[in-house]
Amino acid sequence: MYAQLVQTDGLKKPEEMSPEERAFQERIDRGEKIEPKEWMPEGYRKTLIRQIGQHAHSEIVGQLPEGNWITRAPTLERKAILLAKVQDEAGHGLYLYCAAETLGVSRDELMELLHRGKMKYSSIFNYPTLTWADMGAVGWLVDGAAIMNQVPLQRTSFGPYSRAMIRICKEESFHQRQGYAVMMKMCAGTPQQKAMAQDALNRLWYPSLMMFGPSDKDSVHSAQSMAWKIKMNTNDELRQKFVDQTVPQAEYLGLTIPDPELKWNEEKGGYDFSEPDWSEFFDVIAGNGPCNKDRLGARVKAWDDGAWFREGLVAHAEKAAARKAPLAAE
Amino acid sequence: MSKEWPLWEVFIRGQHGLNHRHVGSLHAPDAEMAINNARDVYTRRNEGVSIWVVPSAAITASSPSDKGPLFEPANSKVYRHPTFYDIPEEVGHM
Repeated sequence: MYAQLVQTDGLKKPEEMSPEERAFQERIDRGEKIEPKEWMPEGYRKTLIRQIGQHAHSEIVGQLPEGNWITRAPTLERKAILLAKVQDEAGHGLYLYCAAETLGVSRDELMELLHRGKMKYSSIFNYPTLTWADMGAVGWLVDGAAIMNQVPLQRTSFGPYSRAMIRICKEESFHQRQGYAVMMKMCAGTPQQKAMAQDALNRLWYPSLMMFGPSDKDSVHSAQSMAWKIKMNTNDELRQKFVDQTVPQAEYLGLTIPDPELKWNEEKGGYDFSEPDWSEFFDVIAGNGPCNKDRLGARVKAWDDGAWFREGLVAHAEKAAARKAPLAAE
Repeated sequence: MSKEWPLWEVFIRGQHGLNHRHVGSLHAPDAEMAINNARDVYTRRNEGVSIWVVPSAAITASSPSDKGPLFEPANSKVYRHPTFYDIPEEVGHM
């Protein structure tokens, strides 16, 4: 999802656990929340830092594809809406960095790891947003997929992560609905506008399915994360749920999901659908997607260009504090 | 690497006259900026009418291992709750 391919060392069996680890697992099984200063296995802490950090980076990098259209929104109202959405993403990134920081890593350290390519963000943001219809499709599909993952994470075992998720979910529904509203407008417009909407769906459908991560049979690292309740559903469960929810929404728009194999399966009560091209997914994760260089480059540039400003504010704060307490300095 | 902005804990009072409530934390160079940032990060949808910010370093927290000695004594004192007392119905609401 927003955190894909977060690796752990594999599931520990009860007999392999130390007494502390067993007590910890029992607390999680009872549904207790783990809070920052409490004892936790090192693997739990590390996995969470990677997962929450990656999630936070995704929110921040996720501003870029939509930021691309703020100055070109078709109306003032759409511009205001898009600005509010992108501002929310910044906020969501900040909630998540704070949650990660309670685990003993600093936000600047996480930023640095992102900038050096040592931490990832969601593969979806390495695709370009070529037309205004993409603003509709991103809200509808990308935020829709994110919600699918984030709603169960509200019940995750780590208190600060759970609380950040609750706050984010409250705000996220607006993101998906504004996207779908853009799609409705485009689909009710001229044939050219509807064709733009179809084109956006065609390009973003499979990358959206990839957001949930590889198929369960290929993600060997899920079991431990699920035992720790930092992953609540398997990748395939969530992907299925997403497809089942999205197909009727596409039908309402009069759009066609770009999958000839898509078919209702009465027996399982869900749609059968084609898997995305996983070699493309791994290629994008490895840094070879259409926009990887642009996205990371834009983040590094923003960080470097802002350095003088961040430092200036610190210098100002220090001077002001010194003026306030001149005697303390002596 | 240059100095990281300090961390602040943010408390917000909602619309209905309740206590300020902890909502999260953020980084800012000073208190004034912390309030400005808290406005943008934590009150984008009218969540509050007042903001407090406190340097995180200024907070002293109870230790998780003290949970027992701190909070268990209250467990046995059921007589502190009104439901401990049986009041006859004839007496009316009390």
